[in-house]
Amino acid sequence: MPYLGSEETVKELKRALSNPNVQSDRLRYRNVILRVIRFMTQGLDMSPLFMEMVKAGASVDIVQKKLVYLYMCTYAKLKPDLTLLAINTLRKDCADPNPMVRGLALRNMCNLRMPGITEYIQQPVLTGLRDKASYVRRVAVLGCAKMRNLQPDAEIDGTVVNELYGLLRDPDPVVMVNCLRALEEILKAEGGVVINKPIAHHLLNRLKDLDAWGQSETLGFLLRYRPRDDTELFDILNLLDGHLQGGDSAVTAATLRLFLQLASGHPTVQADALVRARGPLLATCTASSRELRFTGLCHVQRVLRSLPAQFSPDYKKFFCSYSEPGYIKFRKMEILVELVNDDNVVLVLEELQAYCTDVSPELAQAAIFAVGRIGRTYSERGLAILTGLLGLRQEHITSAVVQTFRDLVWLCPQSTACVCQAIAGCEEIIQDSDGKQALIWLLGMHGDQISGAPYILEDYIDSLKTELSTLVKLELLTAMTRLFLSRPAETQDMLGRLLHFCIEEETDMCVRDRALFYHRLLRCGVEETRQVLGGPKSDPSLGLIAGRPEEPINNWAAHFNTLEPVSSSGSVVAGIGCDGAALPTLGGSDGTTHSAANCTLAVQEASEDLCSGLPEEATSFNLTLGPALTPEAFEKLWLELETFQTVSLPCSEPSSQPETLQAALQLVQIQALAFSRPGSVPWKAYLYAHGSETIILAELLCGPGSDEDRLLVTVKQEPRDEKVQRGFLSVLETVLQTLVSDAT
Amino acid sequence: MISQVFILSSKGDHLIYKDFRGEATTDAINVFYQMVTALPGDQPPVVMTREGLHFIHIRQGGLYCVATTTTNASPFTIIEFLNRLAALIKDYCGSLSEKSVRMNFALIYEMLDEMLDYGYIQTTSTDILKNFIQTEAVSSKPFSLFDLSNVGLFGAETQQSRVTPSASASRPIMSSRGDQVRKNEIFVDVVERLTVVIGANGVLMKVDIQGEIKVKCYLPTCSEMRIGLNEEFSVGKSQQRGYGAAVRVDECNFHQAVRLDEFDSYRILKICPSQGEQTVMQYQLCDDLPSAPPFQLFPTVERDKSDRLLIYLKLRCDLPPKSMSQELSSPDQRAELQPSSKAVHWEISRFPGGAQLSALFKLEVPGLSAASLLEVGPVSMSFELPKHTCTGLQIRFLRLTPVQPNPSPRWVRYVTHSDSYTIRI
Repeated sequence: MPYLGSEETVKELKRALSNPNVQSDRLRYRNVILRVIRFMTQGLDMSPLFMEMVKAGASVDIVQKKLVYLYMCTYAKLKPDLTLLAINTLRKDCADPNPMVRGLALRNMCNLRMPGITEYIQQPVLTGLRDKASYVRRVAVLGCAKMRNLQPDAEIDGTVVNELYGLLRDPDPVVMVNCLRALEEILKAEGGVVINKPIAHHLLNRLKDLDAWGQSETLGFLLRYRPRDDTELFDILNLLDGHLQGGDSAVTAATLRLFLQLASGHPTVQADALVRARGPLLATCTASSRELRFTGLCHVQRVLRSLPAQFSPDYKKFFCSYSEPGYIKFRKMEILVELVNDDNVVLVLEELQAYCTDVSPELAQAAIFAVGRIGRTYSERGLAILTGLLGLRQEHITSAVVQTFRDLVWLCPQSTACVCQAIAGCEEIIQDSDGKQALIWLLGMHGDQISGAPYILEDYIDSLKTELSTLVKLELLTAMTRLFLSRPAETQDMLGRLLHFCIEEETDMCVRDRALFYHRLLRCGVEETRQVLGGPKSDPSLGLIAGRPEEPINNWAAHFNTLEPVSSSGSVVAGIGCDGAALPTLGGSDGTTHSAANCTLAVQEASEDLCSGLPEEATSFNLTLGPALTPEAFEKLWLELETFQTVSLPCSEPSSQPETLQAALQLVQIQALAFSRPGSVPWKAYLYAHGSETIILAELLCGPGSDEDRLLVTVKQEPRDEKVQRGFLSVLETVLQTLVSDAT
Repeated sequence: MISQVFILSSKGDHLIYKDFRGEATTDAINVFYQMVTALPGDQPPVVMTREGLHFIHIRQGGLYCVATTTTNASPFTIIEFLNRLAALIKDYCGSLSEKSVRMNFALIYEMLDEMLDYGYIQTTSTDILKNFIQTEAVSSKPFSLFDLSNVGLFGAETQQSRVTPSASASRPIMSSRGDQVRKNEIFVDVVERLTVVIGANGVLMKVDIQGEIKVKCYLPTCSEMRIGLNEEFSVGKSQQRGYGAAVRVDECNFHQAVRLDEFDSYRILKICPSQGEQTVMQYQLCDDLPSAPPFQLFPTVERDKSDRLLIYLKLRCDLPPKSMSQELSSPDQRAELQPSSKAVHWEISRFPGGAQLSALFKLEVPGLSAASLLEVGPVSMSFELPKHTCTGLQIRFLRLTPVQPNPSPRWVRYVTHSDSYTIRI
């Protein structure tokens, strides 16, 4: 951290620390040290004071000692030589009659993370393991782990390991837990501490002596124990039963995880444990600490995957309070969607409806998507709420409602008529591109039922010049072509204008390629177009399966009470919002119908289009990218092979950036190896491609000796195959021309 | 296993930083602060990950208390630990705020040193810690009005806290070792958080009460304390209610240290309180409130001729008049429009039981339509009811054994907070 005058500060502190007057006054001395620590916390480099601080450590004042130790542990790495000066003091403290001083010195000596310290700490640590004060033993046990991690390459000391295993029977519970922790670290390479039957039962019996932290950690170690038979298993479960409903959320969660793991072969036992842990889990969901509440909610969500009915009676616990932060509200809404059933659907929808008009647009939209999700099962009720919301004529609400409609229509065809009636007039309100896409998709797909569909789309065509979103344009192209199939008389003229604009004036390659694709498709004939565009109007995989199948508990049990449920949940809005997009059937069954078709998909289509537009023989070969060629290999091959053909293509040097060029070439499976910088003369590029068991190398040259707007292409191939080579050239030419015209 | 613990102010100042394992660099603090401030509002911030380092944090008292870890640890444990750390800071320094942490950083370092070793939790019990902690707390005590408005009844996180705090309950547990005689106090608080949703038709749609009995103990030694609850106290849905003022909760759980051998027959909790604050019992009640909810609202929303929105609110407090000590002297109320949150904020500083208040708000709304009326609402209320519990839970007696040489003051306080009190329009 840049801090003005930090050198001055250091000098001043140094003076103060070495001032005998300050040193003799206990309080003043301590205050100076406090200032050093304060600056250290703020991130200033206080290491120049190391010498003075070491001296300050040789004091009888224990508070001062602690502060100095804190300082030394921070800077020991930077000043290993000076740290050695302090070792003697520390070792002397390790023999102090006061166990607190002994423990403190030993702990901090082990905390000095610097090379070569191990030889000094080994003896004190080993002595500490047999100290009569449990405080010192706790420190010494963990000291073994620290020592091990300071020299990870050294051999594991068998005597220490044995001693630690022995200390598992230490009367002090914290020493026992620390032994587990230390062994785990020392034996990391061998898979950690071994939990055999005697150890497991010993730990289980000691569990009640431990505090909550020790319990949850020990329960974590027990996860790796496998009982021999069912009798033992149920004995263990009986022992654990009490902890399942204790007051501490960490213990409950750890016990539940152990239950689920131990009983992985007995699904009914697992379900039973979850039922009994319901109360404590719910209590964490309503805890006063927000963070704990959030963690509880994330775990409840996991449980709901397998037992959707588990929390249904408690649905009211998941209603949002207005003072909660957004991330908790989003999570609660997701849970509400999952636990909805015939009994509570009315009240849950009523509650969600109240959130739909929330002040926060994100929250309102998430609530609308949630209503839509419930609407997939209870479509009448959901639709009633959603259509009601359209009356508010609010931009973000209408947009979200129309997006929900799109997903509903796709998944529940019976709602189509109602939706088609409702969406009239929405086009004036929707401003964002997601909403527009959804509306356009609906108009294209179900235009035969919406009388005004062509004219709404016409408005969009007229304002195409000001439209910024590529996705909206792509959607418009698809919708218009599709509508043309059902209402040709009204739309012929508009479609012509749209295609003309997109092909002639549009600068976005995706859009233009898509327009070209539809143009050619239409030229092939109406029947062909209908075959390509006239896919199913609703999710074909739907029908019998209602609701999600229940997931086996073992799928998520391993991640219960870990960070995974809390962090993997990434973006919550996306979770609800893009749900339709996440459905595999949408993208897979019929690429072009999917409204949210992304840009890459569009380009791929466009490139397929390019390939299909090639001469007949060209389609009979396939270029592939792999295997990759190193520049050396390319050079060797280039020098070995004879020129197969040199042609001059009627296009100039592509002025686009090398990245664009490379991406465009990769789309047609040509790998670019090297380019000259754009604009340099002569401009060169080296390309290669694999196809039909041959490899093609090519050099593009543009510059002196050749015409300004012609590109000289030298092709080498092994083994020679004229058909492939012709195909390669024509693909190359198409790509280059597209790029050049794109740039102009 | 925790790698680092640090505490940041809301502005990102480093207040406390302790590295336990040397696995991550100091830079982690800045990385964390960048991440947490750049996060979009709807993203869950509690656990964040950057390059294999997980940041888990809680926000309390305007501070970020952060733990980092490289392992896939139990989130419950770490969050509970951070909450415990915050509670201990509160116990030892009197309050949890940027100021108190700045003033007592040496003490907090000392505490962290004992609580965690090599990133493993060693102990968090006040009884054990107090033997090791040598630094004396510096409490920020000079009286100021600012403090008054900030400090609520201890232990209760509230948004409003308009009740005069008991300054003695927000002081460090071990300050001024000299005059311990004066301060041998014990506080028992019954704190209830109320979550209510009332439908547009006045029907109670959801009631949820989360209650806690907290003990804050300043006694240096106390072998046993007996807390007697109402004798009619019952747990669970099945039990029939008698004629009297039976007090019922759905579920309750107790602190590990509570002995319940006399609970079944006499409703007595026995505990040996350690110094500092602890939650002795937690309980929940939902759906079945023994009395009417404390506030009823009668809203009317209309459009007048000049296209203004008229919101007429009549608010009634349904508590018995004597339940509030203050008289309605002058209802100094304020109301203001907050355009950023699109809300009208109506503030009533005192509201006696049985009273009724009305307000008429006229709002100019551009482009008002019939549908806009649907957007009005809900009304959310925040309040604090001192000396009142919605479940009716009372503490019959508090008995300390052995009998203290100087009679130590024992305080029992009740308070109900609105966690979320929503009335639909």
